[in-house]
Amino acid sequence: MAKRSAWRESLVETLAAPVMAIAIIVIWQVSVPLLGLSEFVLPTPSLIAKRLVTDFHLLATNSVYTAFEVVAGFGLGVFIGIPLALAIFYWRPFERAMYPMLVALQTIPKIALAPLLVLYLGYGWGPKIALAFLISFFPIVISTVVGLQSLDKGLVNLVRSMGSNEWQTFFKIRLPAALPSVFGGFKVAISLAVIGAIIGEYVAAEKGLGYLQLQANARFDTALNFATVVVISVLGVALYFILSLIESRFVFQRELAK
Amino acid sequence: MNAISSDLRTQAGAAVKINNVSKTYETRGKDDVHALDKVDIDIAPGSFVAVVGPSGCGKSTLLSLMAGLIPLSTGEILIDGQAIRKPHPKVGVVFQTDLMLYWRNVIDNVLLPVEIKHQDRARYKETAAALLEQVGLKGFENKMPSELSGGMRQRVAICRALIQEPGLLLMDEPFGALDALTREQMIMDLQAMWGRVRNTVLFITHGIDEAVFLADRVLVMSPRPGRIDLDLTIDLPRPRQWTGIHENKGFQHYVRQIRETFEAKGVLVEH
Ligand SMILES: Nc1ncnc2c1ncn2[C@@H]1O[C@H](COP(=O)(O)OP(=O)(O)O)[C@@H](O)[C@H]1O
Ligand SMILES: [Mg+2]
Repeated sequence: MAKRSAWRESLVETLAAPVMAIAIIVIWQVSVPLLGLSEFVLPTPSLIAKRLVTDFHLLATNSVYTAFEVVAGFGLGVFIGIPLALAIFYWRPFERAMYPMLVALQTIPKIALAPLLVLYLGYGWGPKIALAFLISFFPIVISTVVGLQSLDKGLVNLVRSMGSNEWQTFFKIRLPAALPSVFGGFKVAISLAVIGAIIGEYVAAEKGLGYLQLQANARFDTALNFATVVVISVLGVALYFILSLIESRFVFQRELAK
Repeated sequence: MNAISSDLRTQAGAAVKINNVSKTYETRGKDDVHALDKVDIDIAPGSFVAVVGPSGCGKSTLLSLMAGLIPLSTGEILIDGQAIRKPHPKVGVVFQTDLMLYWRNVIDNVLLPVEIKHQDRARYKETAAALLEQVGLKGFENKMPSELSGGMRQRVAICRALIQEPGLLLMDEPFGALDALTREQMIMDLQAMWGRVRNTVLFITHGIDEAVFLADRVLVMSPRPGRIDLDLTIDLPRPRQWTGIHENKGFQHYVRQIRETFEAKGVLVEH
C-alpha cells in the first residue's frame, strides 16, 4: 500500500514538467484562433514547428555560425580565464592588483560594449566572439579561484607530509577538489556566451541566428522569428548538456559525498 | 596474508631525538605565539609514546614539526639520526579528521603516498588490501569514502599512513572526531595493529585512559608554551585488555598520576 503510493508519487514527479509543458502548448495552440490573433502577432506552436521543418536548412547553416562564435568565445574564456585564475591563486601581489580591477570591470554591462566592438573589430566573427568571451570570462575566473581557495588546508598538509611537491599537490588535490566549482562556472559561462554571441549579431552581422531574427522581423515573418528562438534555446541547452556530460565523466561532486 | 604480516613485523621502528625544540609562530600584525618551549624527548625505536595535554598547549605543533611541515624556531629533531627540515619518507601521519580524497575510492586513497613517491602502485596493491583486511574493511576497496562511516574512514586513513611501513607513525588525536563507542573499538584495533607492526608511534590525544592503555610511555604537556611536565613509563603487560582496564590497579595508578599533574598546573580544577 505504502509502496504503491510512493510509486505513484514518483510517477507524478517525473511527469509533472512534461505535462505542464504540453498543457501550455495546447492552450497556446487553441487560444490563438479563439482570440482571433493573426499569425504575424502570435503564430501557433504548430506553425512554428512547421517552419522548423521547412526552414531547417536556413536555421541549421545559421546555427553553425552562431555555435562557432559561442564555442570560440567560451574557449577563449577558458584559455585566458584559467591561467589568470591560477596566477591570482598562486601570486598574492597579482591577486591584489587584479581582483579589484576584475570586479570593477564586471560592473560594466558587457552588452553595452557591443557597438564599440563592432567599431574596432568590424562586421565579421570578431565582435561576436569578443562579446561571448567578455561575458563568459568572469564566471570562469571567479569559479576557478573560489574552487582553488576552498580547499581544506588539511589535505595540503596531508600530501605534503607524504613528500608531495606543489606540482603533485596541484594535480592530486587542488585540481580535483576545484573541478566541481570550475564546472559550475563553465555552465554559467556557456549560457552567457550564447547571449553574447546573439547580441553581437543583433548589432551587426551577415550570418547567424541573431541576424536571422532581424531578417525575419524585417519581413514580418514572426513564425520564423519564433522558430529561431527555439533553435537558440536548443543550442544553449545542447552546449550545456555537453558540458554536463564531460563533468559527469571527470568530476566527482562533493554534494554526492555528503 | 601471512607473508604480509610477517613482512610488517620485521620493519624497524625509527629512533627519534628531539633536542631543545622551541616553536614561536610569528603572525603579522598580531603578537607572536610561543607554542613550544625547549622540549627534549628521546624515543626508543619501536616504542609507543602518547602525548597528553590541554587544548592549545602545542601538541599539534610538535607533530607538525616532527612531520617536517613547519620550520623549527630552535633546536633539532633527528629521525634515525637525520635532521628534519622537510617531510621524511619514513614518517606516516594520521590527522584528527580522516582527510579522505572524496573523489577517490578506498584503495586509491590508501595508495596515495605510493603515487606521490612515484613508486609502483601494483606492487603495493596487495599490501593495501591486506592492511584493509586487518582493520575489517575487506570488500570495501572500491567503495567511495562517502559510503563509509566516520570510524571506517579513519581506519582507511590509518592504512594510508601505514602503507609504506613507516618507521615512525605520527597520530594527532586520531579518534577525537569519533563517537565514544567507535573510539573504544578503534583503541582496541590500534593496539592489535601496532602489536603486528611494532614501529615507533607518537600518539597525541587528550584521552588519559587511551594514552595509558596504548602507550609504553606517556608524556604530559603543560599549558602553553608547551613543555614536558611528566614522563611516565607505563609498565603494564601486553596485550592489554580494554574491557575492565579501568578497574586495574596499575592502570588507575598511572591515570591518577597524570591527573595530579594536570591539577597541579590548574588544567583540571575540582570545585
Ligand atoms: N599557524 C599558526 N599560527 C599562529 N599560531 C598558531 C598556529 N598554529 C597553532 N598556533 C597556536 O599555537 C598554540 C598551540 O597550538 P596547537 O599546537 O594546535 O595546540 P594543540 O594541538 O595542543 O591543541 C595555540 O595557541 C595555537 O593557537
Ligand atoms: Mg591539536
